Amino acid sequence: MSARTAGVPLGGGGPLVDVHAHFHHARTGRSDWAEVNEARFRAGDRIGITYHVASILGTWGFSSPTYFPSPDDIALGNDAMLDLCAREPDRARMFTTVNPNYTEHACAEIERCRARGAIGIKLLASRRADDALLDPIAALAAEHRLPMLHHIWQHRTREWPSQEISDGADLARLADRHPRASFILAHIGGGGDYAHTFAAVRDVPNIFPDLSGSGVDRGMLDAAVDALGAERLLWGSDLTMCTGLAKLRALDVMGLSRDEIEAIRWKNAARLFRPGSFPRCERSSAGIDAARDSLAGARA
Amino acid sequence: MIDVNTLIGSYPFREVPHPDPDALVRVLDREGIDGAWVGHLPSAFHRDPTAGNASLYKALAPYAGRLRPVPAIRPDWPHWLGALAAAREQGAPAVRAYPPQWGLAPGGGASTSLREFAVATGEIGLALLLTVRFEDLRQRHPMDSVGDVTGATVRALARAGESVRLVVTAASRELIEEVHWGLTPAEQRRVFWDISWVWGPPEDHLSKLFRTVGSKRFVFGSQWPLRLMQTPTANLDLLGDDVADSSLADARDICSAA
Repeated sequence: MSARTAGVPLGGGGPLVDVHAHFHHARTGRSDWAEVNEARFRAGDRIGITYHVASILGTWGFSSPTYFPSPDDIALGNDAMLDLCAREPDRARMFTTVNPNYTEHACAEIERCRARGAIGIKLLASRRADDALLDPIAALAAEHRLPMLHHIWQHRTREWPSQEISDGADLARLADRHPRASFILAHIGGGGDYAHTFAAVRDVPNIFPDLSGSGVDRGMLDAAVDALGAERLLWGSDLTMCTGLAKLRALDVMGLSRDEIEAIRWKNAARLFRPGSFPRCERSSAGIDAARDSLAGARA
Repeated sequence: MIDVNTLIGSYPFREVPHPDPDALVRVLDREGIDGAWVGHLPSAFHRDPTAGNASLYKALAPYAGRLRPVPAIRPDWPHWLGALAAAREQGAPAVRAYPPQWGLAPGGGASTSLREFAVATGEIGLALLLTVRFEDLRQRHPMDSVGDVTGATVRALARAGESVRLVVTAASRELIEEVHWGLTPAEQRRVFWDISWVWGPPEDHLSKLFRTVGSKRFVFGSQWPLRLMQTPTANLDLLGDDVADSSLADARDICSAA
């Protein structure tokens, strides 16, 4: 049944950065945590993911709530993520997870993990995105060029249990206050009304939505490109890599140019994060360009 | 491969691009899918689906070799037996019913008329196709408040009689497991699930279901035009190594009319 072909990534050739990935660790309360981590790498290799830019959300609810993680659990998760990146330097990059209700701890975690190689900051739903408590974190993000991936509910129409949700309009207010910082708006396919998001962030140029989430509505990707342009979008998978692969294949048939597809696949990420964050992408792209130039020269 | 879960026509709560047979056939060609069972999307939200069925038959007639109609029939509507016979005459492999939208799932179960309908449908060799959901709960319009098809509804229909053949679309792992392990082996064999809403890696729900429930209880379905047809294919491509060569049920295995 499977259409696997040895050596050919299912998601097409060329570099690919997943800007919204997660891993687990031994104290997240599930016995299959290592298996799930391995499944992400295995599926990533099949799809052709060059880098997983990932976070661990505390203990994923085991000893404090997933979206309101305690400082101890945050440090535990960040330590596990640092260890994973040390083991997988060619495949994994790290967002430092923080809870802005503990501002000093959050800022200290950002500095601690940045010193060990973290390239971004992950904010959950512990505090609304436009709350002043996020300002010191956004200031650090701008100072050190650490893109902030913020969990988002597309169109917040009510409160939901177990999270203090934010939507595109909430994040836009924070981004307006911090024009030098870059914000990755999480998972346009992750629940809620993405059409509201596109309108809410259209005029806020430092917000970059990622395509991840289980939602695969037809028309969603077209509407995102129409509203924001390919240069504002980032590919990601979050908890469902199958839908990530489906979106990659959809991008290929939407009528986008090669440059636009490459921008979404990895070049926008390379532009947002610090230079040198994705060396395998740069090398691979240079190789592809050289081969393409060589082929064009031969044809000429 | 047949996509058992496609629709044509507009959706009341958002714009859906090109929900017409022409576009569907082009997408099937592009994705390498042989054919599709096709329902009429607006009919789910109509009180009387009769006119929608007529539109469906007419729209699909030019594509008879590729697209097969799956009309919607209300078992609490006068002359539903006639509509069922007409569906058979029109070459339908299955019929659709929408228990939550039509108030046929009182208390989360299944009405008497719905259970009788499931039996009658099976007795003439047709499957009954259910739609657990059209959209993610979190994005629904405030007027779209009826909720999903429940496990209790599916179990009640699977137990309604030996002739029953159900195709349950847009279910996720939890519902599938709840129903499957809540049925006898004979009842389990009356239920097929499409894979349009089952998660792949890293949680690997589809692989886990293939190992436990068995791949032969599943059929290919996408819920086009609401969702990308690339999704179920991507999910199959990412199956775990030990189940990568598993075969889905052939749509023709479901019932004699298929």
